Amino acid sequence: MSQLDDLKNAIKSHLGELECVIGWEQGYDPLHATPLFIRTEADLDRLTIGPLAVHNLATYLTGFKGKKIGVVVKGCDSKSVIQLLNENLIKRDEVVIFGLCCDGVVSQRKIRAALPADPGFVESVEIGASDLKITVAGQAATLKLSDVLADKCLVCATPDAIISDVLIGTAHTPTPPASLACQDEFEAKSDAEKLAFWQENMSRCIRCYACRNACPMCVCRDYCIATSRDPLWLSQDNSPAENMMFQMVHVSHLAGRCTECGECERACPVDIPLMLLRRYMNKQVKDVFELQAGTALEQTPPLLTFKVEEERINERGW
Amino acid sequence: MERFITKENLIRLAEELSATCRVLAPVASCGTVTFRRFLPGMVLDLHSRMAAVSPKAATFPQTETLLTVKREIPEKKPEITETLPEGKSVVIGCRPCGARGKLIFNPVYETDKTKDPYYIQRRDNTVFISLACDRPETTCFCHSVGSGPADPDGSDVLLTLVGEGYVARSVTPAGEDVLKSALFTDAGDKGKEADAKNAKAREMMGEAHDYVSAPAKLLARFDDMDFWAAQSAKCISCGACTYMCPTCYCFNITDDDLGLESRRIRTWDNCMSHTFTLEGSGHNPRPTKAHRLKNRVGHKFSYYPDLHGGVMACCGCGRCIKQCPAGIDIRQIVKAAQEYSE
Ligand code: SF4
Ligand code: SF4
Ligand code: SF4
Ligand code: SF4
Ligand code: SF4
Repeated sequence: MSQLDDLKNAIKSHLGELECVIGWEQGYDPLHATPLFIRTEADLDRLTIGPLAVHNLATYLTGFKGKKIGVVVKGCDSKSVIQLLNENLIKRDEVVIFGLCCDGVVSQRKIRAALPADPGFVESVEIGASDLKITVAGQAATLKLSDVLADKCLVCATPDAIISDVLIGTAHTPTPPASLACQDEFEAKSDAEKLAFWQENMSRCIRCYACRNACPMCVCRDYCIATSRDPLWLSQDNSPAENMMFQMVHVSHLAGRCTECGECERACPVDIPLMLLRRYMNKQVKDVFELQAGTALEQTPPLLTFKVEEERINERGW
Repeated sequence: MERFITKENLIRLAEELSATCRVLAPVASCGTVTFRRFLPGMVLDLHSRMAAVSPKAATFPQTETLLTVKREIPEKKPEITETLPEGKSVVIGCRPCGARGKLIFNPVYETDKTKDPYYIQRRDNTVFISLACDRPETTCFCHSVGSGPADPDGSDVLLTLVGEGYVARSVTPAGEDVLKSALFTDAGDKGKEADAKNAKAREMMGEAHDYVSAPAKLLARFDDMDFWAAQSAKCISCGACTYMCPTCYCFNITDDDLGLESRRIRTWDNCMSHTFTLEGSGHNPRPTKAHRLKNRVGHKFSYYPDLHGGVMACCGCGRCIKQCPAGIDIRQIVKAAQEYSE
């Protein structure tokens, strides 16, 4: 039986006890999937998985407090679930986790760059084991899946859900964590180059907060300081400096909590490479506290604890 | 008036205009296309894709200073200066839907009772040189909301790509002035070719969806919160949809206080966010994302058309569909209300 059939059967056997199960279905065109809230067996017919199922559905979990729901997660998404559990933001007995052994998801941006015409003109998509056959504006193109995988998948050390009630698919042999070439390249830039880079990118930001709201760990949501009016912490002016200020707030609130799911960057409608900031901050946290969010149960993010003396910060020796 | 302009000359036109006014055009930067201030040397991206952000900012900027307040000595009366927008703007290369967006603003910002001087001044000082679409994208539905890929409404000049240049047709006297530039030449019989291209693009869009029943059907679902909860389940309340939208016109006003000098600014607001109707008392009449999505869809396809002669407050550009991180499709929501049976 296929992975999809196994998943459908697993969901079917739990559906009765759950408010709903969150998965994916085809979206507005053949190149896009969209979240699916499965409430009845009939909804199950629309369920899809695979390289287009990019959304991290763990984002929705905190919205269901007090209700028991199911969620389908890839390896990376399962880290967000763990982090939410670690921070007591969801309860383990209120969620049934359908874990996938994942072969990676696409980056729509890489697809856009690789296609002969804009994916807005897509006509059909055929998904093979290692490639995508896409027809756009009357031109057919075959893209190797490995060329258009999301950055996070290129260095994924946890393709199989780390936490699950049901694990679907064949487990992968573990690979050691690797670093991303684009990150290293960015960090090698001089301060002046970095500043120019962010000024250019932040000049496009429209402060829509899609990066914030797509993030499974941004749980203040309606009470975010970026939009509070009383007190007014942040100017509503969308100048590059104010936009960057918002990103700094975001990235510091995610320090040691961000699971690098990449949703913030994916959600950004103007393609701001926000993961460069997130990965950088996580690296600092890992260096100082030896902690990576979402990789183990019962870890507390360092900025949510207080110790008079941190083990790895030499406070008296300098 | 009908004229012709080569691709190179259109760039030259943009460069010439940028010497005397603010030119906004689709420019590619870091893999994305947005409308931004065009300066000589920048590369215009007119054809590869629809700009992510609409040209709305030309007439309704995301941040606009309404007035400045200056105090020399704290006890003395402050000096208040109103800052009406100055100068002329030209938008080059927007699609017809993007230009049409501002038509939705007019019955709101210019009525017998109220006039928004900031909007009116910008609108009257901005010329739209639009480009008719060659082919629709999967998210386009302009033909269903009374428009089309070569709709001249809202534009001053409409360009149609024909061979190595554009047939340019003026729609307004301001557009006619643009065509007087020596960069334009006689169109000869290229007009026919343009007509054929425009007709073909319209044909590619297929049959239009009929929204006539939408206002009443959406209103019929007004109290049905189960319907709205289901429709909004995957919404993450980010507001990207409204910020991308050429027809969303809600704003917020805040004071940027800088000690003895401060600015009162107007910025885009959006109905998908919690603060949108949050009252001073703390009460919020739209407490959940279901209430907020109901407002967005209802406003565009029901309340606005009811107030303004059946015109939908949507130009069918599809930005909200394409850019929604959760893939919410406004067409499907309206359809679900239209097809709803008890
Ligand atoms: S990061 Fe890993 S688990 Fe996540 S989508 Fe990519 S390959 Fe799958
Ligand atoms: S999603 Fe992008 S445009 Fe929107 S606020 Fe975040 S960085 Fe800015
Ligand atoms: S900050 Fe971005 S990468 Fe990190 S958890 Fe949030 S959405 Fe995921
Ligand atoms: S862009 Fe999509 S997810 Fe964001 S508020 Fe709009 S409909 Fe909701
Ligand atoms: S509602 Fe959506 S499709 Fe309609 S004008 Fe706004 S962004 Fe475009």
